[in-house]
Formats: sequence, structure tokens, C-alpha cells
Amino acid sequence: MDNIAGTKSSLTWAVHISVVVLVAMWVLPTLGLFVSSFRTGDQIVGSGWWQSLTTQEQQLSPIRIEGDETETNGAFVIEGNLFGNARTTISSWGTSSREPEAYEPGQTAELGDGVTVTVQADGGYVLSSPVTTAGERLPRIFASATTPPEFTTDNYKTVLFSPLAGQTIFQAFMNTATVAIPATIIPILIAAFAAYALAWMEFPGRALLVAAIVGLLVVPLQLALIPLLQFHNWLGIGKGYLGIWMAHTGFGLPLAIYLLRNYMVGLPRDIIENAKVDGATDFQIFTKIILPLSFPALASFAIFQFLWTWNDLLVALVFLGTGNDQQVLTGNLVNLMGSRGGDWEILSASAFVSIAVPLLVFFALQRFLVRGLLAGSVK
Amino acid sequence: MIAGLERITGGDFSIDGVRMNDVPPAQRGIAMVFQSYALYPHMTVRDNMSFALKIAKKSPQEIAAAVDKAAKILQLTPYLDRLPKALSGGQRQRVAIGRSIVRDPKVYLFDEPLSNLDAALRVATRIEIAQLKEAMPNSTMIYVTHDQVEAMTLASRIVVLAGGGISQVGSPLELYERPENEFVAQFIGSPAMNLMEGEVSGTGAITTIKLKNGGIAHSAVPTQPADQGMKVKIGVRPEDLIEATGDSLYTGEVEITEALGEVTLLYFKKTGDGAQVVGKLPGIRPELRYNTVRLSADPKKVHLFANGKSLLYR
Repeated sequence: MDNIAGTKSSLTWAVHISVVVLVAMWVLPTLGLFVSSFRTGDQIVGSGWWQSLTTQEQQLSPIRIEGDETETNGAFVIEGNLFGNARTTISSWGTSSREPEAYEPGQTAELGDGVTVTVQADGGYVLSSPVTTAGERLPRIFASATTPPEFTTDNYKTVLFSPLAGQTIFQAFMNTATVAIPATIIPILIAAFAAYALAWMEFPGRALLVAAIVGLLVVPLQLALIPLLQFHNWLGIGKGYLGIWMAHTGFGLPLAIYLLRNYMVGLPRDIIENAKVDGATDFQIFTKIILPLSFPALASFAIFQFLWTWNDLLVALVFLGTGNDQQVLTGNLVNLMGSRGGDWEILSASAFVSIAVPLLVFFALQRFLVRGLLAGSVK
Repeated sequence: MIAGLERITGGDFSIDGVRMNDVPPAQRGIAMVFQSYALYPHMTVRDNMSFALKIAKKSPQEIAAAVDKAAKILQLTPYLDRLPKALSGGQRQRVAIGRSIVRDPKVYLFDEPLSNLDAALRVATRIEIAQLKEAMPNSTMIYVTHDQVEAMTLASRIVVLAGGGISQVGSPLELYERPENEFVAQFIGSPAMNLMEGEVSGTGAITTIKLKNGGIAHSAVPTQPADQGMKVKIGVRPEDLIEATGDSLYTGEVEITEALGEVTLLYFKKTGDGAQVVGKLPGIRPELRYNTVRLSADPKKVHLFANGKSLLYR
């Protein structure tokens, strides 16, 4: 009975587990990166991103008391709050790193020379001193506190609009878009025409051309980097956007033509013959019949090509300059890793900016991959 | 080849006396209906039907008028704004026909248009095509089919193609009554015509044939005295076999009966030469199974073939 087609395989559970594992492998790091990018550097260092979603108790980094002192009844008093927000609750505090949990909230600590500090549970403090403390180093407060989930968009403001590693991420973002969008559209335009010709037009040498394209699929692009750059220099376009568009187009074309040709060959011959009987020229058949029907293939290739060009570092390093107006996101990230390697909040926000667009593109176009546009044309 | 989708390698093809060998498909004045419908899946019915006219740069009013007219003929008006995938098989086929009607061609080409439909729809659509043909007496329809019922009911002339050539051209009844060769004889009519080997034993206006299986047959096909002793095959349609009282053409034991109500089909046990004989008797006769039945036929209904060709056409 187990072999009857249509009955559930006994290995269904293995499939389910694999799916869950795969989804977790993909979603968890992305989610972690996403959450981290909304936390401050201190939070990232202090606790994992998975803890940031719940209220938690943690040892805060020391906070130095600061503020303007006022004189009342012969005592110099500084009042203020340790935290910017009112939701953090102190469970214990201290004034030295050796005894960070020496006092309960509301207790008063003697610091010698008549100086006293009182810290309330909400972080409010009162520093009282018989002599002025102006010009002196004020004591630091070590506090253990429960903090509700707290997120900030400051990281994004920082990475997008203030120059890090020479340029802002926003500028790098625009540079990458300047590279990736034409580098996606140009090869698709060329490849669609070529694919139609190779699929449906009769001309001598067609089979050889297809074979050549399949051959080009396996040529590694590193082979072509130096000759191509020399060629660009000889042409006089040197390093620049025009050069990288041409390079990405060239590197993407074999796969584009191959994919699209295979898809177009699979379209029903009857439809194309009928269009011929209806009087359509090859160009009309291409634009009015083939292109709309090839939309799923076009979309899937567009996704691939866009992701490649967006995430590309090598080709950009070779064919683009390193100025602020030409450095792409990946290059910027590399620089950030070097210069701001410890600032995880900056790195995570930058990384998320750079993967946001690929994610968006994928989710916007993935339904075209799934939808069968051919339903209903032939039985 | 007629449509111009394949190159003509030999001979001339002309429509209305104009040589069409090198004319592109669209300018031949033809329209084609494909077996698979070949509708454009991303266009609505209206767009499907107007595509050819738009390509021909007709005015929007002209296009709308032609589409509306065709839609009315085919009762497609309520579906004009649907996509093909939202239509049933019969409706899709009507759209495909409508697409050819709007072009008002001289020649319609139908490539097995009904073979994708189920039996009931096939009959209904067949009648629609027949009415369509009557409504447009000035146009020619070339209809390719494997279904002889379609061929017999729709055609004014049938061309039977076999083995890369034309077997016979004629009206449906000509093909049925006077087949030129064994292929046409067996192809037209269901169940197929019985062929039995024999030898001419008497010549004249009525030919007498001594059959290998022992029977004696008479045929109205005339023969000359020189034909005496000639090896021939006689062909008798199952429906022309009648129960014999005297001389029998065939005697055999019935192996299987199929009672269809109006007639009963008798399948006889295979004899020495391996050919199975089928008879068709009126009425319900299942009791004949396992019985020996003697059959004869009207000489006018007995065909004579020698070397595969009918002796009628010598």
C-alpha cells in the first residue's frame, strides 16, 4: 500500500523538519540583524538581540553624574536622572566597580568628605556636597536595572546621513542603485531579442550560436577582468558607470540568453504560427506575444541579475573608481568593517540597508515566478 | 504548407489562380483554427479576436464592428472581456473560430478543431461549424480530421490522404459507395468493410467469385472474360450483410455480439486467412452468439479489389 501513488510518504516528517530548519536558517540571522540594527551599541554589547524583545535585568555600564549644581542651605546639590527615559527601573546600585550592587534604590551613599549620593528607583539622583564640585570629577554610578524593550532609529540616521568611512551609506546606496538598475535592464533588453531570434527565427548558424552561448556560461568572469579593463581604457571610457554597465551586461548575457531562450522555446508553437497567419511580423510577435508570455522568465532573471549586481564587490572594485561618488555599498561596508569594526550598531544598520533592497525586490517579484501565465492557452 | 508556415518543396499552390508559394501567410487570404486553439493567453477574447485586424491597421470602428459581428454569430458576446483561461473548451474553440471569422478570409483552415473537446461538445460544435459554413457560402473551408463522422457530415468533398499521397477525392457518399481502393474502403464506414480473398469464377455484368472460405459471392462490378481466375478480394460492408436463405457468401460461428439497440454487431470467429468478419444485423439479436450464421449480400453492394485497387475504376 505504501507504493501507491498519491498516498502520503512516510518520510513526510523529514520534509517538514527540513523546511523548518531551512526557514530558521534563513530567517533567524536576518531577524537578528534587523533587531540589532535598532539597538544602541551598549545594548548590543550588553545582551543578545533575542533578549531585547523582553524586559530584562542587566548590569548597566557606569554612568557619570553630570549637571549644574545649585546651592541650597549651604550644600551644593546636583539633581538629575541617570536615564533619558523614565521606564528603566533600578534594582540596586553602587558607586564603585568593586561593589556595583551595594545600595538599594532610595538609599544614600556616603562618598567621604560629607559628599552623599541618593539614587531613586527611577534613576533620579541627588548629589550633595558641602563644598562646590565644580571642576572636579563627579562620581560614577554603577546600576543594575530592569529595562523594558527599547529601540532606536538613531543608527539609521547615523549611517544614512552622516559620512562614515568617507561617504554616507545613503550615497553608497545611490551609487549601487546607479550600477544595479541599468545593469539589470540592459542585459534583459538585449537577451530577450537574442533569445527570441535563437528560439523562433530560422537562420544559418543558429545551433552554433546557441552552443557558443552555452560554452560562454562556464567561462569565469575573473578571466576577463584585466583584458576588459584594458579594452575600456583603450576605448577611453576608463573606470566609471558606463564601463561597469557594459561589464555587468557582458557577464550576465550568456545566462540571460540561455534562460530566456529555453523558456521561449517552450511556448506553444501554435500560438506563434497563429500570430504569423494573423499577419504579425517577427517584431510584432516578439513584442505582443512573446514578451508578455515570457514575463515569469524575465522576472526571474531580473531578480538574479539584480541581486548579483547589487551584491557585487569584485566587478565594482575593478571597473569603478574609489571616489565617494562611485564607491558602492559593498565597498563601503568593507571600509566600515575596517574603520568602525567595533561599532556593531553601525555595521548592522549598514548591512540591513544593503540587504533591504534585495529583499524588497525578491518579495515584489516572487509571485511572477510562481504564477503560471500560460494557463488557458492550450489544452 | 497551405498556410505558408512550411516551405513548399515541390509543385505550385495557388488560391483563385494566384500562385501563393512565396506569399507570406498573412497575405494569402487564409485563416487557421488550431487543434490546441492557440489563443493568446494574456489577451481577452476581444483582443484575441481583434489582434489580426490591429496588425492589419484597420480602424477601431471597423475592428469593433467585425468583432461584435463574429461574437454574435458564435454567441460569444457575454465573454468578450474574459481571458481564455476563464472559458470552457468549447468556448475557447469558438473564440479560435471567431478569430478567423473576423478576418473574412477566402479559405478557412481547420486543423482537427474538435479533437480536444469531449463527445457531447464535439457534436454541438460540429453542428455549429456546419451552420457557419452554410452562412458563408462564398468561403472555402479545409478541414483536417481523423474522425470520419466529422468528415462525412461536414464535407462537400473529402480528400483521403494515405501514405504520403492522395487516395481518393470525392463527395462523402462517393467515397462510401464507390471507394477507389482498399484503404478508402476500410477507412470510411464503421465498423470497417470486410475484405475476403477469392478468385473470379464467372465473368460478365455480374461477376461470380469463389471465396477461399468456401462461400460464393456475386458482385455487380462487371468483368471481362480475361479476368477469369483472377485473384481478387471482395469487400462487403457489415451493414450490407444479410442473413442468407440460399447461397451463402460467408458462414461462420459468432464469437461476440454487441447489441446496440437499433442494430446488433456480430463478430465472427477468425478463419484460416486471419481476417475477422463483422456483420451488422438490424434489431436486437444477442441470441446469435455461438451460433453458426449464414450471410449473403446484394451483388450491388459487393466491391471488388485486385492488388488493392477497385475493379470499378479500370
